[in-house]
Amino acid sequence: MQITNIILVLVVLTNLKLLGSSRLGASIRVVAMQGVVLGLLPILAHTHELSWRFAALAAGSIALKGVVFPWFLSRAMREARVTREVEPYIGYVTSLLAGVVMLGVSFWLCTRLPIPETIASAWLAPVALFSIFAGLFLIVSRKRAVNQVLGFLVLENGVYTFGVGLAPQTSSLVEAGVLLDVFVGVFVMGIAIFHINREFDHIETDRLSTLKD
Amino acid sequence: MNAIPFIPFLLALVMSPLLPGSINRTKALFAGRRGPPLLQTYFDLWKLLRKGAVYSRATTWVFRAGPMVGLAAVLVGAMLMPLGNCPALLGFPADFFLFAGLLGLMRFFMVIAALDTGSSFEGMGASREVYYSALVEPALLVALVTVARQTGTLSLSAMCGRVSDGHWLNFGPVLALVVVALLIVLLAENARIPVDDPNTHLELTMIHEVMALDHGGPDLAFILYGAALKLWLYSALLVGIVLPATGAAWLDVLLALGGMFVVGLVVGTIESVMARLRLAIVPQLLVGAGALAATAFVLALK
Repeated sequence: MQITNIILVLVVLTNLKLLGSSRLGASIRVVAMQGVVLGLLPILAHTHELSWRFAALAAGSIALKGVVFPWFLSRAMREARVTREVEPYIGYVTSLLAGVVMLGVSFWLCTRLPIPETIASAWLAPVALFSIFAGLFLIVSRKRAVNQVLGFLVLENGVYTFGVGLAPQTSSLVEAGVLLDVFVGVFVMGIAIFHINREFDHIETDRLSTLKD
Repeated sequence: MNAIPFIPFLLALVMSPLLPGSINRTKALFAGRRGPPLLQTYFDLWKLLRKGAVYSRATTWVFRAGPMVGLAAVLVGAMLMPLGNCPALLGFPADFFLFAGLLGLMRFFMVIAALDTGSSFEGMGASREVYYSALVEPALLVALVTVARQTGTLSLSAMCGRVSDGHWLNFGPVLALVVVALLIVLLAENARIPVDDPNTHLELTMIHEVMALDHGGPDLAFILYGAALKLWLYSALLVGIVLPATGAAWLDVLLALGGMFVVGLVVGTIESVMARLRLAIVPQLLVGAGALAATAFVLALK
């Protein structure tokens, strides 16, 4: 119980750090750390029924989110030669304050949702919701395509957190399916970033939107 | 008559100048210097108190009132602050608002005394001090309200005395967030390194130090002593929240005194291993402290 809560607080802190961080490299490392910490969640949240299923789920998500994605994104960043700044539409301090508001809203929302009794921790559903909000916020408020991939990953982490809390009820097939979707998504976006960059010398999405063919 | 409630106040009066000394010794240790003596602040205070004060003709009574009102405010604050689990001289429900208000009063008089000199450098320092403290104060209050909620009490003494190992076992993450937020508040309010460098003497980057440039003699002594007391009070708050009660009053006092110097050691270590942040980055750190406190508050509500 206690370890689950510590992991959930770490997830909240990494989300806030992402909202306030100005460096792309640091953001990629923070998302990797969040992935590893969340990968440990299924093992620690369901200690009484430790099975191969949870172990496989944990190993798979740690390998993908902690190693493969960061490596892939760093490589895309290096090859596309983007600058290290995040370049937000909304400033860091405002983003951080928005994060706190989103946290409050997700806790308030979860008092009104019918949450099943078997959930691992009372903080789990709000934190999952907060991750989803923070991911969406990162996607809409940052210019760099790499950062939008990161926002997408944070969003998926939120879905994953919720799934793990209810793991006894949900099928691991669903989890594996989501993980696979994300993998393909990041893979495609990584390649796309590289190609966009080769064509247009930049990966800033606000300038891509003015393109005409 | 019971002597216990007088202990935190008397210890704060007598021992607070030791705390800056211990920070300086830690920094000297990291830099491989011998450093100033541990009692240096006492020597400085003694030297300054024997001098006469010089007042510019441009200043009014506001300039002379600044240090006195500041010291008086922080002295009243010292009566409210417990030391570890030893209760304070005064204590009543919601006294932490008075504590924050007294420190705000101290800052206000410091700022108008600085503005009264008409020096543009002091004006810059005053402007920064007010800007940063506006960001720090919500963090302090939200952190204290969170502790009040966790312990179910409303006065500083009861809060610090009520925190037990049970709280740390059950609500460890919440208390840890509060402690980190309060540590950042301590660094910012006492002009320590990631926010302000106490050693710098370049007016363009100073915050707290620049406001005391025109004060001399006993006035400067009052400001130095007030700053030492303020550092002592914030450290006592941190120690009170971290240390669980043991039950024996004298053991509690000894443990808390040890804790105070651990805070000095921690601050000295932070100052030695970190560079000072750029002025434009500082608000981000302070809002971050507020975000940590708000996170702790939201988690404590659940």
